[in-house]
Amino acid sequence: MQTKHIKDKVDPKFFKEHQEKLYQALEDKHTTVELLDEEDPLGTQMVLNMGPQHPATHGVLRLILQLNGELIEKAKLDIGYLHRGVEKIAENKTYQEFMPYTDRMDYLAPYSNNVAFCTAVEKIANVEVPERAHYIRMIGCELARISSHLLWLGTMVMDAGAVSFFIWAFREREKLYDIFDNIGGHRFTISHSRIGGVANDLTDDAIAMIKDFVDNFPQELKDFHDLLDRNRIFFDRNREVGVLDTERALEIGATGPTLRGSGYAYDIRDFAPYARYDEVEFEIPTRLEGDNLARYYVRMEEMHESVRIIRQCLDKLPKGPVRTDNAKQAYPSKDEVYYSMEGMIHDFMMTDTGICPPEGAESYHAIEGPKGELGFFIQSDGTGHPWRLKINSPSFKNLQALEDILDGEMVADTVVIIGGVDPVMGDSDK
Amino acid sequence: MDLELSDSLKKVVDGLSSDFSDKFIEVYQSSGDTFVRVEADAIVQICRYLKNEQHFIYLTDMLGTDRFTSEERFEIIYNLVSLRDREHLFVKVRLPEEDPTIQSITDVWKSATWLEREIFDMFGVKFENHPDFRRMYMPEDFDYYPLRKEFPLLGIPGSIELPSTTPDTE
Repeated sequence: MQTKHIKDKVDPKFFKEHQEKLYQALEDKHTTVELLDEEDPLGTQMVLNMGPQHPATHGVLRLILQLNGELIEKAKLDIGYLHRGVEKIAENKTYQEFMPYTDRMDYLAPYSNNVAFCTAVEKIANVEVPERAHYIRMIGCELARISSHLLWLGTMVMDAGAVSFFIWAFREREKLYDIFDNIGGHRFTISHSRIGGVANDLTDDAIAMIKDFVDNFPQELKDFHDLLDRNRIFFDRNREVGVLDTERALEIGATGPTLRGSGYAYDIRDFAPYARYDEVEFEIPTRLEGDNLARYYVRMEEMHESVRIIRQCLDKLPKGPVRTDNAKQAYPSKDEVYYSMEGMIHDFMMTDTGICPPEGAESYHAIEGPKGELGFFIQSDGTGHPWRLKINSPSFKNLQALEDILDGEMVADTVVIIGGVDPVMGDSDK
Repeated sequence: MDLELSDSLKKVVDGLSSDFSDKFIEVYQSSGDTFVRVEADAIVQICRYLKNEQHFIYLTDMLGTDRFTSEERFEIIYNLVSLRDREHLFVKVRLPEEDPTIQSITDVWKSATWLEREIFDMFGVKFENHPDFRRMYMPEDFDYYPLRKEFPLLGIPGSIELPSTTPDTE
Protein backbone atom coordinates (compact mmCIF):
# COMPACT_ATOMS: atom_id res chain seq x y z
CA MET A 1 0.00 0.00 0.00
CA GLN A 2 1.44 3.32 -1.03
CA THR A 3 0.59 6.68 0.41
CA LYS A 4 -1.05 8.84 -2.24
CA HIS A 5 -1.25 12.57 -2.06
CA ILE A 6 -4.79 13.80 -1.97
CA LYS A 7 -3.88 16.76 -4.15
CA ASP A 8 -2.87 14.48 -7.01
CA LYS A 9 -6.05 12.47 -6.71
CA VAL A 10 -8.70 15.14 -6.90
CA ASP A 11 -9.17 17.90 -9.44
CA PRO A 12 -11.19 20.71 -7.92
CA LYS A 13 -13.60 22.44 -10.28
CA PHE A 14 -14.00 25.69 -8.40
CA PHE A 15 -12.04 27.73 -5.82
CA LYS A 16 -8.97 25.80 -6.89
CA GLU A 17 -6.43 27.54 -4.73
CA HIS A 18 -8.62 27.42 -1.66
CA GLN A 19 -9.29 23.72 -2.01
CA GLU A 20 -5.64 22.92 -2.64
CA LYS A 21 -4.61 24.74 0.50
CA LEU A 22 -7.31 22.91 2.44
CA TYR A 23 -6.05 19.53 1.25
CA GLN A 24 -2.51 20.56 2.03
CA ALA A 25 -3.57 21.48 5.55
CA LEU A 26 -5.27 18.13 5.92
CA GLU A 27 -2.15 16.33 4.79
CA ASP A 28 0.01 18.25 7.18
CA LYS A 29 -2.19 17.33 10.12
CA HIS A 30 -1.19 14.44 12.36
CA THR A 31 -4.25 12.52 11.26
CA THR A 32 -2.96 11.05 8.03
CA VAL A 33 -5.29 10.01 5.28
CA GLU A 34 -4.06 7.33 2.94
CA LEU A 35 -6.03 6.43 -0.13
CA LEU A 36 -6.06 2.73 -0.87
CA ASP A 37 -7.69 2.32 -4.20
CA GLU A 38 -7.16 4.00 -7.56
CA GLU A 39 -10.77 3.22 -8.39
CA ASP A 40 -12.08 4.87 -5.24
CA PRO A 41 -12.21 8.61 -5.93
CA LEU A 42 -14.61 9.38 -3.09
CA GLY A 43 -12.17 7.92 -0.61
CA THR A 44 -14.58 5.61 1.16
CA GLN A 45 -11.69 3.21 1.61
CA MET A 46 -9.09 4.65 3.86
CA VAL A 47 -6.80 4.00 6.74
CA LEU A 48 -7.37 6.25 9.71
CA ASN A 49 -4.76 6.66 12.37
CA MET A 50 -6.09 7.68 15.80
CA GLY A 51 -3.68 8.62 18.49
CA PRO A 52 -1.34 8.18 20.25
CA GLN A 53 -2.02 11.78 21.23
CA HIS A 54 -5.77 11.81 21.00
CA PRO A 55 -7.99 13.10 23.80
CA ALA A 56 -10.56 10.33 23.39
CA THR A 57 -8.09 7.48 23.60
CA HIS A 58 -7.51 7.96 27.32
CA GLY A 59 -3.76 8.19 27.22
CA VAL A 60 -1.31 7.04 24.62
CA LEU A 61 -3.32 4.41 22.84
CA ARG A 62 -2.92 4.34 19.07
CA LEU A 63 -5.53 2.80 16.83
CA ILE A 64 -5.16 2.13 13.15
CA LEU A 65 -8.52 1.64 11.54
CA GLN A 66 -9.19 0.45 8.04
CA LEU A 67 -12.43 2.08 7.05
CA ASN A 68 -15.00 1.49 4.39
CA GLY A 69 -17.08 4.62 4.52
CA GLU A 70 -17.90 4.90 8.18
CA LEU A 71 -17.59 1.19 8.87
CA ILE A 72 -14.47 -0.19 10.52
CA GLU A 73 -13.38 -3.18 8.49
CA LYS A 74 -10.31 -3.99 10.53
CA ALA A 75 -8.70 -2.44 13.55
CA LYS A 76 -5.21 -2.75 14.99
CA LEU A 77 -4.04 -1.38 18.29
CA ASP A 78 -0.54 -0.11 18.83
CA ILE A 79 0.46 0.06 22.47
CA GLY A 80 3.74 0.48 24.28
CA TYR A 81 4.09 4.25 24.21
CA LEU A 82 4.09 4.25 28.01
CA HIS A 83 6.27 1.17 28.45
CA ARG A 84 8.61 1.78 31.36
CA GLY A 85 9.73 -1.76 32.00
CA VAL A 86 8.47 -2.00 35.57
CA GLU A 87 8.98 -5.77 35.54
CA LYS A 88 12.68 -5.25 34.91
CA ILE A 89 12.79 -2.55 37.59
CA ALA A 90 11.13 -4.95 40.05
CA GLU A 91 13.95 -7.44 39.62
CA ASN A 92 16.37 -4.81 40.87
CA LYS A 93 14.40 -3.50 43.84
CA THR A 94 13.46 -4.94 47.19
CA TYR A 95 9.81 -5.83 47.51
CA GLN A 96 8.93 -2.78 49.56
CA GLU A 97 10.92 -0.47 47.29
CA PHE A 98 8.92 -1.62 44.32
CA MET A 99 5.59 -0.60 45.79
CA PRO A 100 5.55 3.05 44.64
CA TYR A 101 5.95 1.78 41.08
CA THR A 102 2.66 -0.09 41.38
CA ASP A 103 0.95 3.22 42.14
CA ARG A 104 1.98 4.44 38.75
CA MET A 105 0.58 1.52 36.83
CA ASP A 106 -3.17 1.87 37.11
CA TYR A 107 -2.90 5.46 38.25
CA LEU A 108 -6.64 5.84 38.63
CA ALA A 109 -6.82 3.33 41.47
CA PRO A 110 -3.40 3.25 43.14
CA TYR A 111 -4.69 1.75 46.38
CA SER A 112 -5.85 -1.43 44.65
CA ASN A 113 -2.45 -1.89 43.03
CA ASN A 114 -0.67 -1.52 46.37
CA VAL A 115 -2.94 -4.09 47.94
CA ALA A 116 -2.57 -6.45 45.00
CA PHE A 117 1.21 -6.33 45.25
CA CYS A 118 1.30 -6.63 49.05
CA THR A 119 -1.07 -9.60 49.14
CA ALA A 120 1.02 -11.34 46.48
CA VAL A 121 4.21 -10.86 48.50
CA GLU A 122 2.44 -11.90 51.68
CA LYS A 123 1.28 -15.08 50.01
CA ILE A 124 4.74 -16.10 48.82
CA ALA A 125 6.46 -15.08 52.08
CA ASN A 126 3.77 -16.46 54.44
CA VAL A 127 3.07 -13.19 56.22
CA GLU A 128 0.06 -12.96 58.48
CA VAL A 129 -1.81 -9.68 58.29
CA PRO A 130 -3.76 -8.36 61.30
CA GLU A 131 -7.54 -8.25 61.05
CA ARG A 132 -7.79 -4.49 61.25
CA ALA A 133 -5.36 -4.04 58.37
CA HIS A 134 -7.50 -6.29 56.21
CA TYR A 135 -10.54 -4.13 56.78
CA ILE A 136 -8.62 -0.90 56.21
CA ARG A 137 -7.34 -2.35 52.93
CA MET A 138 -10.84 -3.30 51.88
CA ILE A 139 -12.10 0.20 52.58
CA GLY A 140 -9.20 1.64 50.58
CA CYS A 141 -9.77 -0.77 47.68
CA GLU A 142 -13.45 0.03 47.44
CA LEU A 143 -12.79 3.78 47.62
CA ALA A 144 -10.28 3.30 44.82
CA ARG A 145 -12.86 1.38 42.83
CA ILE A 146 -15.37 4.22 43.19
CA SER A 147 -12.68 6.72 42.23
CA SER A 148 -11.74 4.76 39.12
CA HIS A 149 -15.35 4.18 38.07
CA LEU A 150 -16.13 7.87 38.57
CA LEU A 151 -13.38 8.81 36.17
CA TRP A 152 -14.68 6.23 33.73
CA LEU A 153 -18.18 7.70 34.11
CA GLY A 154 -17.00 11.24 33.51
CA THR A 155 -14.88 10.49 30.48
CA MET A 156 -17.17 7.92 28.91
CA VAL A 157 -20.22 10.17 29.14
CA MET A 158 -18.09 13.01 27.82
CA ASP A 159 -17.14 10.80 24.86
CA ALA A 160 -20.87 10.31 24.29
CA GLY A 161 -21.37 14.06 24.23
CA ALA A 162 -22.24 15.31 27.74
CA VAL A 163 -19.36 17.45 28.92
CA SER A 164 -20.78 18.71 32.22
CA PHE A 165 -20.81 15.16 33.61
CA PHE A 166 -17.05 15.20 33.69
CA ILE A 167 -17.12 18.05 36.18
CA TRP A 168 -19.75 16.39 38.39
CA ALA A 169 -17.81 13.13 38.51
CA PHE A 170 -14.64 15.01 39.37
CA ARG A 171 -16.38 16.87 42.18
CA GLU A 172 -16.99 13.49 43.84
CA ARG A 173 -13.47 12.31 43.07
CA GLU A 174 -12.15 15.41 44.79
CA LYS A 175 -13.80 14.22 48.02
CA LEU A 176 -12.11 10.85 47.57
CA TYR A 177 -8.75 12.52 47.08
CA ASP A 178 -9.26 14.39 50.33
CA ILE A 179 -10.05 11.12 52.07
CA PHE A 180 -6.91 9.51 50.68
CA ASP A 181 -4.93 12.56 51.69
CA ASN A 182 -6.18 12.04 55.22
CA ILE A 183 -5.57 8.28 55.21
CA GLY A 184 -2.08 8.14 53.81
CA GLY A 185 -0.76 11.65 53.34
CA HIS A 186 -0.99 11.63 49.56
CA ARG A 187 -3.90 12.54 47.38
CA PHE A 188 -3.03 10.51 44.34
CA THR A 189 -0.23 7.95 44.59
CA ILE A 190 -0.94 6.77 48.09
CA SER A 191 1.41 3.84 48.78
CA HIS A 192 -0.44 3.33 52.04
CA SER A 193 -0.36 -0.44 52.11
CA ARG A 194 2.74 -2.16 53.48
CA ILE A 195 3.88 -5.74 53.31
CA GLY A 196 2.36 -7.17 56.48
CA GLY A 197 -0.33 -4.54 56.95
CA VAL A 198 -0.78 -0.85 56.27
CA ALA A 199 1.43 2.14 57.01
CA ASN A 200 -0.73 3.78 59.65
CA ASP A 201 -4.13 3.47 61.23
CA LEU A 202 -7.13 5.44 60.05
CA THR A 203 -7.50 8.68 61.98
CA ASP A 204 -10.86 9.63 63.48
CA ASP A 205 -10.98 12.41 60.91
CA ALA A 206 -10.53 9.94 58.07
CA ILE A 207 -13.26 7.65 59.42
CA ALA A 208 -15.62 10.61 59.75
CA MET A 209 -14.84 11.65 56.17
CA ILE A 210 -15.44 8.14 54.84
CA LYS A 211 -18.73 7.93 56.76
CA ASP A 212 -19.75 11.28 55.37
CA PHE A 213 -18.86 10.14 51.87
CA VAL A 214 -20.82 6.87 52.03
CA ASP A 215 -23.81 8.76 53.44
CA ASN A 216 -23.90 11.33 50.67
CA PHE A 217 -22.57 9.44 47.68
CA PRO A 218 -25.64 7.20 47.07
CA GLN A 219 -27.73 10.32 46.47
CA GLU A 220 -25.20 11.56 43.90
CA LEU A 221 -25.20 8.16 42.27
CA LYS A 222 -28.98 8.28 42.10
CA ASP A 223 -28.76 11.66 40.40
CA PHE A 224 -26.32 10.24 37.85
CA HIS A 225 -28.75 7.41 37.22
CA ASP A 226 -31.67 9.82 36.84
CA LEU A 227 -29.76 11.84 34.29
CA LEU A 228 -28.53 8.95 32.19
CA ASP A 229 -30.80 5.94 32.49
CA ARG A 230 -33.67 7.41 30.46
CA ASN A 231 -31.58 9.75 28.38
CA ARG A 232 -32.41 9.07 24.73
CA ILE A 233 -29.10 10.31 23.35
CA PHE A 234 -26.99 8.36 25.82
CA PHE A 235 -29.11 5.28 25.31
CA ASP A 236 -28.87 5.34 21.54
CA ARG A 237 -25.14 6.01 21.59
CA ASN A 238 -24.52 2.97 23.79
CA ARG A 239 -27.12 0.32 23.18
CA GLU A 240 -25.99 -2.48 20.83
CA VAL A 241 -22.68 -0.72 20.38
CA GLY A 242 -19.51 -2.72 20.85
CA VAL A 243 -21.20 -6.03 21.49
CA LEU A 244 -19.06 -8.79 22.96
CA ASP A 245 -20.90 -12.05 23.62
CA THR A 246 -20.14 -14.34 26.53
CA GLU A 247 -18.14 -17.03 24.79
CA ARG A 248 -16.16 -14.54 22.80
CA ALA A 249 -15.39 -12.58 25.97
CA LEU A 250 -13.95 -15.66 27.69
CA GLU A 251 -12.10 -16.72 24.56
CA ILE A 252 -10.48 -13.32 24.04
CA GLY A 253 -9.61 -13.03 27.73
CA ALA A 254 -11.71 -10.03 28.72
CA THR A 255 -11.80 -9.35 32.43
CA GLY A 256 -13.50 -7.18 35.03
CA PRO A 257 -16.61 -5.20 34.13
CA THR A 258 -16.08 -5.97 30.44
CA LEU A 259 -16.44 -9.69 31.13
CA ARG A 260 -19.29 -9.23 33.60
CA GLY A 261 -21.11 -6.98 31.13
CA SER A 262 -20.95 -9.92 28.75
CA GLY A 263 -22.63 -12.26 31.16
CA TYR A 264 -19.96 -14.06 33.17
CA ALA A 265 -19.97 -13.40 36.93
CA TYR A 266 -16.20 -13.76 37.32
CA ASP A 267 -15.10 -11.60 40.20
CA ILE A 268 -11.98 -12.47 42.20
CA ARG A 269 -13.59 -11.14 45.37
CA ASP A 270 -16.00 -14.03 45.05
CA PHE A 271 -13.93 -16.53 43.03
CA ALA A 272 -10.99 -16.62 45.45
CA PRO A 273 -11.76 -14.24 48.34
CA TYR A 274 -8.76 -12.34 49.66
CA ALA A 275 -8.57 -9.96 52.64
CA ARG A 276 -11.96 -10.42 54.36
CA TYR A 277 -14.27 -10.33 51.37
CA ASP A 278 -15.78 -13.63 52.48
CA GLU A 279 -17.16 -11.89 55.57
CA VAL A 280 -19.03 -9.09 53.87
CA GLU A 281 -22.12 -9.33 51.75
CA PHE A 282 -22.19 -8.01 48.23
CA GLU A 283 -23.64 -8.83 44.85
CA ILE A 284 -21.74 -9.26 41.60
CA PRO A 285 -23.54 -7.09 39.03
CA THR A 286 -23.76 -8.97 35.76
CA ARG A 287 -25.49 -8.23 32.46
CA LEU A 288 -26.08 -10.46 29.50
CA GLU A 289 -26.19 -8.01 26.60
CA GLY A 290 -22.44 -7.45 26.28
CA ASP A 291 -22.84 -4.00 24.77
CA ASN A 292 -21.61 -0.67 26.03
CA LEU A 293 -24.81 -0.01 27.95
CA ALA A 294 -24.37 -3.30 29.84
CA ARG A 295 -20.88 -2.22 30.89
CA TYR A 296 -22.34 1.09 32.03
CA TYR A 297 -24.91 -0.65 34.25
CA VAL A 298 -22.33 -3.07 35.64
CA ARG A 299 -20.00 -0.28 36.70
CA MET A 300 -22.79 1.88 38.15
CA GLU A 301 -24.07 -1.05 40.21
CA GLU A 302 -20.54 -1.88 41.31
CA MET A 303 -20.30 1.57 42.85
CA HIS A 304 -23.48 0.81 44.81
CA GLU A 305 -21.95 -2.45 45.99
CA SER A 306 -18.70 -0.71 46.94
CA VAL A 307 -20.61 1.70 49.16
CA ARG A 308 -22.33 -1.29 50.73
CA ILE A 309 -18.99 -3.01 51.39
CA ILE A 310 -17.48 0.12 52.92
CA ARG A 311 -20.45 0.47 55.27
CA GLN A 312 -20.07 -3.14 56.43
CA CYS A 313 -16.32 -2.70 56.86
CA LEU A 314 -16.83 0.41 59.00
CA ASP A 315 -19.31 -1.51 61.16
CA LYS A 316 -17.03 -4.50 61.55
CA LEU A 317 -13.71 -2.64 61.81
CA PRO A 318 -12.00 -4.53 64.66
CA LYS A 319 -9.57 -2.99 67.12
CA GLY A 320 -5.93 -3.98 67.12
CA PRO A 321 -2.61 -3.46 65.39
CA VAL A 322 -2.43 -2.51 61.72
CA ARG A 323 0.88 -4.20 60.90
CA THR A 324 2.30 -7.56 61.79
CA ASP A 325 4.63 -7.49 64.76
CA ASN A 326 7.29 -9.73 63.22
CA ALA A 327 10.38 -7.63 62.59
CA LYS A 328 11.64 -10.10 59.97
CA GLN A 329 8.54 -9.58 57.87
CA ALA A 330 7.41 -5.98 58.18
CA TYR A 331 8.65 -2.57 59.11
CA PRO A 332 8.51 -1.79 62.85
CA SER A 333 6.36 1.13 63.91
CA LYS A 334 8.00 4.53 63.97
CA ASP A 335 7.72 4.64 67.78
CA GLU A 336 9.98 1.63 68.00
CA VAL A 337 12.40 3.02 65.44
CA TYR A 338 12.89 6.28 67.29
CA TYR A 339 13.04 4.94 70.82
CA SER A 340 14.72 1.53 70.68
CA MET A 341 17.95 0.25 69.21
CA GLU A 342 16.39 -3.01 67.98
CA GLY A 343 13.66 -1.08 66.22
CA MET A 344 16.22 0.97 64.36
CA ILE A 345 18.26 -2.07 63.36
CA HIS A 346 15.14 -3.80 62.12
CA ASP A 347 14.08 -0.74 60.18
CA PHE A 348 17.52 -0.60 58.59
CA MET A 349 17.46 -4.31 57.74
CA MET A 350 14.00 -4.03 56.18
CA THR A 351 15.14 -1.13 54.03
CA ASP A 352 18.45 -2.70 53.09
CA THR A 353 17.54 -6.37 52.54
CA GLY A 354 13.80 -6.47 52.92
CA ILE A 355 11.63 -9.48 53.21
CA CYS A 356 13.08 -12.70 51.76
CA PRO A 357 10.59 -15.34 50.57
CA PRO A 358 11.86 -18.94 50.56
CA GLU A 359 14.21 -19.91 47.75
CA GLY A 360 12.55 -21.38 44.69
CA ALA A 361 9.07 -20.39 45.80
CA GLU A 362 6.68 -19.16 43.16
CA SER A 363 3.13 -18.02 43.51
CA TYR A 364 0.38 -16.09 41.83
CA HIS A 365 -2.10 -13.91 43.63
CA ALA A 366 -4.77 -11.76 42.07
CA ILE A 367 -7.26 -9.26 43.36
CA GLU A 368 -10.24 -7.70 41.69
CA GLY A 369 -9.07 -4.25 40.73
CA PRO A 370 -11.51 -1.71 39.34
CA LYS A 371 -10.58 -2.74 35.80
CA GLY A 372 -10.52 -6.48 36.41
CA GLU A 373 -8.22 -9.23 37.56
CA LEU A 374 -4.95 -7.69 38.70
CA GLY A 375 -2.46 -10.41 39.48
CA PHE A 376 1.19 -10.63 40.44
CA PHE A 377 3.23 -13.72 39.68
CA ILE A 378 6.40 -13.81 41.75
CA GLN A 379 9.36 -16.17 41.55
CA SER A 380 11.80 -15.89 44.40
CA ASP A 381 15.45 -16.86 44.53
CA GLY A 382 15.65 -16.45 48.29
CA THR A 383 17.02 -12.90 48.25
CA GLY A 384 15.24 -9.64 48.92
CA HIS A 385 14.63 -9.06 45.21
CA PRO A 386 12.16 -11.04 43.15
CA TRP A 387 13.79 -13.22 40.48
CA ARG A 388 10.87 -12.62 38.21
CA LEU A 389 7.77 -10.55 38.77
CA LYS A 390 5.00 -10.65 36.21
CA ILE A 391 2.09 -8.28 36.33
CA ASN A 392 -1.17 -9.58 34.94
CA SER A 393 -2.76 -6.27 34.12
CA PRO A 394 -6.47 -6.03 33.35
CA SER A 395 -6.20 -3.17 30.86
CA PHE A 396 -3.83 -5.18 28.69
CA LYS A 397 -6.34 -7.99 28.36
CA ASN A 398 -9.29 -5.68 27.88
CA LEU A 399 -7.45 -3.85 25.12
CA GLN A 400 -6.99 -7.15 23.35
CA ALA A 401 -10.74 -7.60 23.60
CA LEU A 402 -11.19 -4.04 22.31
CA GLU A 403 -9.26 -4.90 19.15
CA ASP A 404 -11.76 -7.69 18.63
CA ILE A 405 -14.84 -5.59 19.44
CA LEU A 406 -13.93 -2.77 17.06
CA ASP A 407 -14.15 -4.87 13.90
CA GLY A 408 -17.44 -4.12 12.20
CA GLU A 409 -18.36 -1.09 14.29
CA MET A 410 -18.93 2.46 13.08
CA VAL A 411 -16.02 4.88 13.31
CA ALA A 412 -18.11 7.40 15.26
CA ASP A 413 -18.66 4.81 18.00
CA THR A 414 -14.95 4.14 18.46
CA VAL A 415 -14.43 6.68 21.20
CA VAL A 416 -17.52 5.50 23.09
CA ILE A 417 -16.36 1.90 22.91
CA ILE A 418 -12.88 2.82 24.14
CA GLY A 419 -14.54 4.70 26.97
CA GLY A 420 -16.73 1.71 27.75
CA VAL A 421 -13.82 -0.73 27.93
CA ASP A 422 -12.00 1.77 30.15
CA PRO A 423 -8.31 1.05 29.55
CA VAL A 424 -5.52 2.76 31.45
CA MET A 425 -2.34 2.84 29.44
CA GLY A 426 -0.03 2.94 32.45
CA ASP A 427 -1.53 -0.38 33.44
CA SER A 428 -1.45 -2.09 30.07
CA ASP A 429 1.97 -0.84 29.00
CA LYS A 430 3.70 -1.66 32.29
CA MET B 1 7.21 -33.82 48.51
CA ASP B 2 3.65 -34.40 49.62
CA LEU B 3 0.98 -32.94 47.46
CA GLU B 4 -2.22 -31.53 48.86
CA LEU B 5 -4.35 -31.52 45.77
CA SER B 6 -8.04 -30.74 45.79
CA ASP B 7 -10.32 -33.39 44.31
CA SER B 8 -10.80 -31.57 41.04
CA LEU B 9 -7.08 -30.87 40.57
CA LYS B 10 -6.25 -34.47 41.46
CA LYS B 11 -8.54 -35.57 38.65
CA VAL B 12 -6.79 -33.19 36.26
CA VAL B 13 -3.31 -34.37 37.23
CA ASP B 14 -4.36 -38.04 37.02
CA GLY B 15 -5.93 -37.44 33.63
CA LEU B 16 -2.81 -35.68 32.37
CA SER B 17 -0.41 -38.32 33.61
CA SER B 18 -2.43 -41.18 32.11
CA ASP B 19 -3.34 -39.58 28.76
CA PHE B 20 0.04 -37.93 28.21
CA SER B 21 2.25 -40.31 30.17
CA ASP B 22 5.32 -39.75 27.99
CA LYS B 23 4.92 -35.98 27.87
CA PHE B 24 4.25 -35.42 31.56
CA ILE B 25 7.37 -34.55 33.57
CA GLU B 26 6.40 -33.51 37.08
CA VAL B 27 3.80 -31.94 39.32
CA TYR B 28 4.62 -29.85 42.39
CA GLN B 29 3.14 -27.23 44.63
CA SER B 30 4.51 -23.93 45.83
CA SER B 31 2.74 -21.46 48.14
CA GLY B 32 -0.55 -23.21 47.51
CA ASP B 33 -0.37 -23.09 43.71
CA THR B 34 -0.11 -26.24 41.61
CA PHE B 35 2.44 -26.42 38.81
CA VAL B 36 2.57 -29.08 36.12
CA ARG B 37 5.63 -29.38 33.91
CA VAL B 38 5.24 -30.98 30.50
CA GLU B 39 7.28 -31.46 27.34
CA ALA B 40 7.29 -28.43 25.07
CA ASP B 41 6.44 -30.32 21.87
CA ALA B 42 3.05 -31.48 23.18
CA ILE B 43 1.85 -28.15 24.53
CA VAL B 44 -0.94 -27.61 22.01
CA GLN B 45 -2.45 -31.07 22.53
CA ILE B 46 -2.20 -30.72 26.31
CA CYS B 47 -3.80 -27.27 26.28
CA ARG B 48 -6.58 -28.50 24.03
CA TYR B 49 -7.12 -31.47 26.34
CA LEU B 50 -7.23 -29.22 29.41
CA LYS B 51 -9.69 -26.88 27.74
CA ASN B 52 -12.03 -29.47 26.26
CA GLU B 53 -11.88 -32.29 28.78
CA GLN B 54 -11.01 -30.57 32.06
CA HIS B 55 -12.92 -27.33 31.62
CA PHE B 56 -10.01 -24.90 31.89
CA ILE B 57 -11.79 -22.52 29.56
CA TYR B 58 -10.10 -19.28 30.58
CA LEU B 59 -6.46 -18.41 29.98
CA THR B 60 -5.80 -15.55 32.33
CA ASP B 61 -2.09 -15.07 31.95
CA MET B 62 1.05 -16.33 30.28
CA LEU B 63 4.56 -15.45 31.23
CA GLY B 64 8.11 -16.22 30.36
CA THR B 65 11.01 -16.46 32.75
CA ASP B 66 14.73 -16.49 32.23
CA ARG B 67 16.23 -19.15 34.49
CA PHE B 68 19.75 -18.13 33.42
CA THR B 69 21.00 -21.71 33.33
CA SER B 70 22.97 -23.33 30.55
CA GLU B 71 20.29 -25.93 29.87
CA GLU B 72 16.61 -25.28 29.35
CA ARG B 73 17.09 -21.64 29.96
CA PHE B 74 13.64 -20.25 29.23
CA GLU B 75 10.42 -21.22 30.86
CA ILE B 76 6.91 -20.44 29.67
CA ILE B 77 4.15 -20.63 32.27
CA TYR B 78 0.49 -20.83 31.28
CA ASN B 79 -1.93 -19.66 33.95
CA LEU B 80 -5.23 -21.49 33.38
CA VAL B 81 -8.46 -21.00 35.27
CA SER B 82 -11.28 -23.46 35.65
CA LEU B 83 -14.32 -21.33 36.32
CA ARG B 84 -16.37 -24.39 37.22
CA ASP B 85 -14.03 -25.83 39.84
CA ARG B 86 -12.60 -22.46 40.94
CA GLU B 87 -9.05 -23.63 40.43
CA HIS B 88 -5.86 -22.25 38.95
CA LEU B 89 -3.48 -24.59 37.16
CA PHE B 90 -0.02 -23.55 36.04
CA VAL B 91 1.41 -25.45 33.10
CA LYS B 92 5.12 -25.05 32.51
CA VAL B 93 7.38 -25.84 29.61
CA ARG B 94 11.11 -25.31 29.33
CA LEU B 95 12.95 -24.21 26.23
CA PRO B 96 16.63 -24.22 25.24
CA GLU B 97 18.80 -21.13 25.06
CA GLU B 98 19.59 -21.58 21.38
CA ASP B 99 16.68 -20.50 19.21
CA PRO B 100 13.79 -21.06 21.66
CA THR B 101 10.73 -21.96 19.63
CA ILE B 102 7.35 -23.34 20.64
CA GLN B 103 3.99 -23.90 18.99
CA SER B 104 1.50 -21.09 19.50
CA ILE B 105 -1.68 -21.91 21.41
CA THR B 106 -3.74 -19.16 19.78
CA ASP B 107 -5.91 -21.85 18.18
CA VAL B 108 -6.94 -23.02 21.63
CA TRP B 109 -7.35 -19.68 23.41
CA LYS B 110 -7.48 -16.57 21.30
CA SER B 111 -6.41 -14.51 24.31
CA ALA B 112 -2.90 -15.94 23.92
CA THR B 113 -2.30 -13.68 20.89
CA TRP B 114 -1.07 -10.66 22.77
CA LEU B 115 0.37 -12.67 25.66
CA GLU B 116 2.63 -14.60 23.28
CA ARG B 117 3.65 -11.40 21.54
CA GLU B 118 4.62 -9.97 24.91
CA ILE B 119 6.79 -12.98 25.72
CA PHE B 120 8.50 -12.72 22.33
CA ASP B 121 9.09 -9.03 22.91
CA MET B 122 10.62 -9.55 26.33
CA PHE B 123 12.48 -12.87 25.94
CA GLY B 124 12.80 -13.59 22.23
CA VAL B 125 10.90 -16.86 22.38
CA LYS B 126 9.41 -17.56 18.95
CA PHE B 127 5.89 -18.88 18.57
CA GLU B 128 5.05 -20.88 15.46
CA ASN B 129 1.68 -20.59 13.68
CA HIS B 130 0.94 -17.31 15.39
CA PRO B 131 -1.53 -15.18 13.39
CA ASP B 132 0.10 -11.80 14.03
CA PHE B 133 3.66 -12.21 15.20
CA ARG B 134 5.20 -8.84 16.05
CA ARG B 135 6.69 -7.21 19.09
CA MET B 136 4.23 -5.98 21.67
CA TYR B 137 5.67 -2.96 23.44
CA MET B 138 9.06 -2.22 21.92
CA PRO B 139 9.33 -0.93 18.35
CA GLU B 140 10.20 -3.40 15.62
CA ASP B 141 13.64 -1.90 15.02
CA PHE B 142 14.78 -2.70 18.54
CA ASP B 143 17.19 -5.64 18.49
CA TYR B 144 17.29 -6.79 22.11
CA TYR B 145 15.04 -8.66 24.51
CA PRO B 146 14.88 -6.52 27.66
CA LEU B 147 13.75 -9.00 30.29
CA ARG B 148 16.60 -11.42 29.61
CA LYS B 149 18.92 -11.36 32.57
CA GLU B 150 21.96 -10.22 30.57
CA PHE B 151 20.17 -7.05 29.41
CA PRO B 152 21.43 -4.20 31.61
CA LEU B 153 18.97 -2.27 33.75
CA LEU B 154 20.13 1.03 32.29
CA GLY B 155 19.54 -0.15 28.74
CA ILE B 156 21.97 -0.14 25.86
CA PRO B 157 22.93 3.34 24.65
CA GLY B 158 22.24 3.89 20.99
CA SER B 159 20.09 0.80 20.66
CA ILE B 160 17.14 2.90 19.61
CA GLU B 161 16.95 6.22 17.88
CA LEU B 162 15.52 8.90 20.12
CA PRO B 163 14.10 12.23 19.02
CA SER B 164 16.56 15.09 19.21
CA THR B 165 16.37 17.11 22.40
CA THR B 166 18.02 20.18 20.94
CA PRO B 167 15.95 22.59 18.85
CA ASP B 168 16.42 22.47 15.10
CA THR B 169 17.19 26.15 14.81
CA GLU B 170 20.40 27.63 16.06
